[in-house]
Amino acid sequence: MSHTVVIGIGNAMRGDDAAGVEVVARLRERVPPDVEVVACDEEPSRLIEAWEGADSVVLVDTVTSGAPPGTLHRFDAGKEPIPARALRSSTHAIGLAETIELARALGRLPQRVVVHGIEGASFEAGAPLTPDVEAAVSRLVDTIEEETCTSAL
Amino acid sequence: MAKRRTIVTDYLARVEGEGAMTVKLDGDTVEHVELRIFEPPRFFEAFLRGRSFMEAPDITARICGICPVAYQTSAVNALESLCGVEVPEPIRMLRRLLYCGEWIESHALHVYMLHAPDFLGYESAIELAQVAPAAVERGLALKRIGNDVMTLVGGREIHPINVRVGGFYRTPSKRELRTLVEPLERAREAALETVRWTAGMEFPERTVECDLVALQWPDEYAIERGRVVSSAGLDLAPAEYEEHFEELHVERSNALQSQLRGGGTYLTGPLARYTLGHDRLSAGAREAAKEAGLGPECRDPFRSIVVRSVELVHACEESLRIIEDYEEPDAPFVPVEPVAGTGYGVSEAPRGLLYHRYRIDADGTILEAKIVPPTSQNQLAIEDDLRDVVARNTKLDDEALRRLCEQTIRNYDPCISCATHFLDLQIER
Repeated sequence: MSHTVVIGIGNAMRGDDAAGVEVVARLRERVPPDVEVVACDEEPSRLIEAWEGADSVVLVDTVTSGAPPGTLHRFDAGKEPIPARALRSSTHAIGLAETIELARALGRLPQRVVVHGIEGASFEAGAPLTPDVEAAVSRLVDTIEEETCTSAL
Repeated sequence: MAKRRTIVTDYLARVEGEGAMTVKLDGDTVEHVELRIFEPPRFFEAFLRGRSFMEAPDITARICGICPVAYQTSAVNALESLCGVEVPEPIRMLRRLLYCGEWIESHALHVYMLHAPDFLGYESAIELAQVAPAAVERGLALKRIGNDVMTLVGGREIHPINVRVGGFYRTPSKRELRTLVEPLERAREAALETVRWTAGMEFPERTVECDLVALQWPDEYAIERGRVVSSAGLDLAPAEYEEHFEELHVERSNALQSQLRGGGTYLTGPLARYTLGHDRLSAGAREAAKEAGLGPECRDPFRSIVVRSVELVHACEESLRIIEDYEEPDAPFVPVEPVAGTGYGVSEAPRGLLYHRYRIDADGTILEAKIVPPTSQNQLAIEDDLRDVVARNTKLDDEALRRLCEQTIRNYDPCISCATHFLDLQIER
């Protein structure tokens, strides 16, 4: 049977940056037991370890593209990079896009890689999710639940 | 008239966190150099007020995803010293082991993923992985073992939850710790290989003249405790730190910059630790440093990559020694009763000295917290270095100069803010 990992990336202390972590927290109760659900920070070796051995990985992170807050973006990174210029590199040391390419170069990327980006509005320290992002989290949880339940059959 | 140039990097790649750099040139004259940083400690200082002193290690661990143990350790050091508690030796050694795990993880990340591509002429670790996958895998494996140490001792690798004022919530058995021996022996070999690898890189000749500041302890390479010493002869208890160092508010950012009281730049971190304490490194680390051509002092920021590699060897050997000597403590922690007053704590985060001060009342409520992270202590030294590097290289075109500036900043492994992880996204169609 195929093995799927859903990874939520973010920092719970930084407003909408918590969206990815919130998605996996809500999914945990709702996906089949063979779907692994983990929260992770955006640190390359931890991410690569988190999807080690999986055939399919679903990644959820907050993005800022100038789109309206709560907009959901979706990228298929299994075959080709997330558009390099489009996903401008993370403010962090090695961002998600770079980690995916690092794993690809090392032959450590699962076959299927889907990246969901939730457009964030506020990253204020200690703030809760903003309403548009909160609504987007709910929509994305439904989408991922549906997709993982279907693919697990 | 000479041509004016401005070089701006809004987001510094391969630096932990958020940061931006601006260099202004008028012909061959450097008009302005600045590093802008966003610093989470300011928020956490406010957030800590009104909380129980027992919560300080858990709260401050969240300041940084790369060096949470540093924040926890400086916090417990400050609070335990205030409350008159000295933790038993096995507890202290476990904390030192946990801290070694963090050094291994942080140094492996910086050396392999962030810093090495600069010296080898690659844009990123991705390019490096394409041409030298074995080296990148070695870095990832080293990091992984650092993570494993942190998970076993700290309870969790990111924001460890097991450290408490007075000790730990749970201490590992001897048997549990022994599972780390074989991985750490592999890590030591990988660390020695890292020293040989980095020592073979090409380095521009460079020396920084500012004061070096690090912790020192008589018979240990100071990590989780120590007195604050400097190359100019300071030798201070943690409580005396603010008598000699001060923070200045910088208009252009919400950050504070440290300086020697009354003026003066200083540097903390690997170069300072090595220069002030290399004779206390483990035998293998000392030998590796010698083979790598490091003398009794190293003031070359470019060679910090070699010093970090030597410290990787030390952290592995020290971890093995601690595990070998470990005796399970009678209890995982000693009870700590709050004492009204002010406590001071320091430790050596991977990137430099981390200072905490807490004022608490008799109930243990935190009235005031002060956190001085290594990067704000090093900021003036980084800007001085940048100014000098730019002045010597004004003939370079903008792109080459930008790269040199970014490399200069990365030499200091600045933890500009480890507190956010969103992607900055621009979609072009």
